[in-house]
Amino acid sequence: MDEGTLRGLATLAAFVAFVGVIWWAWSGRQRRKFEQAARMPLEEDHDKNEDK
Amino acid sequence: MERTETYNDKVVRQFAIMTVVWGVVGMLVGVIIAAQLLWPALNLDIPWLTYSRLRPLHTNAVIFAFGGSALFAASYYVVQRTCHTRLFSDGLAAFTFWGWQLIIVLAAVTLPLGITTSKEYAELEWPIDVLIAVVWVVYAVVFFGTIAKRRVKHIYVANWFFAAYIITIAVLHIGNSAAVPVTLTKSYSAYAGTVDAMVQWWYGHNAVGFFLTAGFLGMMYYFVPKQAGRPVYSYRLSVVHFWALVAIYMWAGPHHLHYTTLPDWAQTLGMVFSVMLIAPSWGGMINGIMTLSGAWHKLRTDPILKFMIVSLSFYGMSTFEGPMMSIKTVNALSHYTDWTIGHVHSGALGWVAMISVGCMYALIPRLYGRTEMYSSKLIDVHFWTTTIGIVLYVASMWIAGVMQGLMWRATNADGTLTYTFIESIAATYPYYAVRLLGGVLVLSGMFVMVYNVWKTVAAGSSDRDVPVMAPAAA
Repeated sequence: MDEGTLRGLATLAAFVAFVGVIWWAWSGRQRRKFEQAARMPLEEDHDKNEDK
Repeated sequence: MERTETYNDKVVRQFAIMTVVWGVVGMLVGVIIAAQLLWPALNLDIPWLTYSRLRPLHTNAVIFAFGGSALFAASYYVVQRTCHTRLFSDGLAAFTFWGWQLIIVLAAVTLPLGITTSKEYAELEWPIDVLIAVVWVVYAVVFFGTIAKRRVKHIYVANWFFAAYIITIAVLHIGNSAAVPVTLTKSYSAYAGTVDAMVQWWYGHNAVGFFLTAGFLGMMYYFVPKQAGRPVYSYRLSVVHFWALVAIYMWAGPHHLHYTTLPDWAQTLGMVFSVMLIAPSWGGMINGIMTLSGAWHKLRTDPILKFMIVSLSFYGMSTFEGPMMSIKTVNALSHYTDWTIGHVHSGALGWVAMISVGCMYALIPRLYGRTEMYSSKLIDVHFWTTTIGIVLYVASMWIAGVMQGLMWRATNADGTLTYTFIESIAATYPYYAVRLLGGVLVLSGMFVMVYNVWKTVAAGSSDRDVPVMAPAAA
């Protein structure tokens, strides 16, 4: 296999990985998990409102 | 009953306070060297105060002392809160704090003495480099150790960004700092010629991509939703742009070496990857700004949120400008001019400093048992001095840079150069004055911050242990 073919395959592999990440992120199974995760910074900690 | 587990906020407090201290120091040195460009006599004929020695002191102080301390503070705070556990090791965390401060002090001593490797953003000599490597590996142990003992299954996206930044900086620093020591204060790079240049800018641009971008995106992904009181706009987008960002940044370095002895294909590769970087960069910017959907009214009353949103706007602008400047034909005009300096400060002051300052204003009251900073009005004063200062700085350097580029390439009909180099410097003087004014404004804002932080800390208490919150039922 020559160098050009290898480079082409590497580009293809990177493209497949990218599409794979998008497919994974948008798949229905992640939806609920991501909705919860998106709220993680909002979980109230105990170090607020102490001096009120 | 089992003793309640608490967070290690001591190390976060230490790094947060030093962020403010090193911010003032680093920006003060910046103002001094900006003044030296306007009035060269300001080096007072003292070798330690020459521009060539103070400039690396400025860059090291603002990037690694100020920015670094902010990242240590934010990452230690965020990883504990989002993993619902205490830091992996108090002793090792304390070691990273004192080790990092020692490195900064050593830098502040050796750079003015003229002890340097002369590699940009990696000027420190080999004994300090070894110390950096040790402290950084310990940092990784503390961070990943904490991730490993997390009490929730999901690893929050901010931690992914922090993780990428910690791993990559370790690889970059150790790779680029490989050198043959000759004496205690002198070493020679393990690489030679063009390869040395390529390794240096592989390091240099990824320091931008992972230290100044991924690390601060980690900060952004926790503190912007927190301050806005809104969930992350699109968690899916955060996942996709994270992977795209870390995959693409690694290849962008060659754009620092356009029209050099670097092989042409490598230059083109650097250019193409730099242009592609617009997409993942803007993914982060859009995600941050859109997190404010439904909370835009808060911008009217919350100056901390103003810092954060303007920082994201500068992030968007500089990550559009950067790819444009990496295009060879644009670079032919911009390279070696003050346009580059303007671009860097649009990113470093506009994005990195403003998100860090916003984060510290949100964090410091919490660390000292207060609900908010001593004065919200003074945060607003800081916001406006910083914003106006950065705009003056960046705009003056844009104009100066384009002017320099045009003057350097201008030729007469017979092929001779229209302008001598010194003519381009003389023409730049007014812009150096405007840049100095911008820098003074930014620095004065930092002094306002010092006062505000001082009053907040004085009214608060550090003698408090915050119990680890129970994970939400999942």
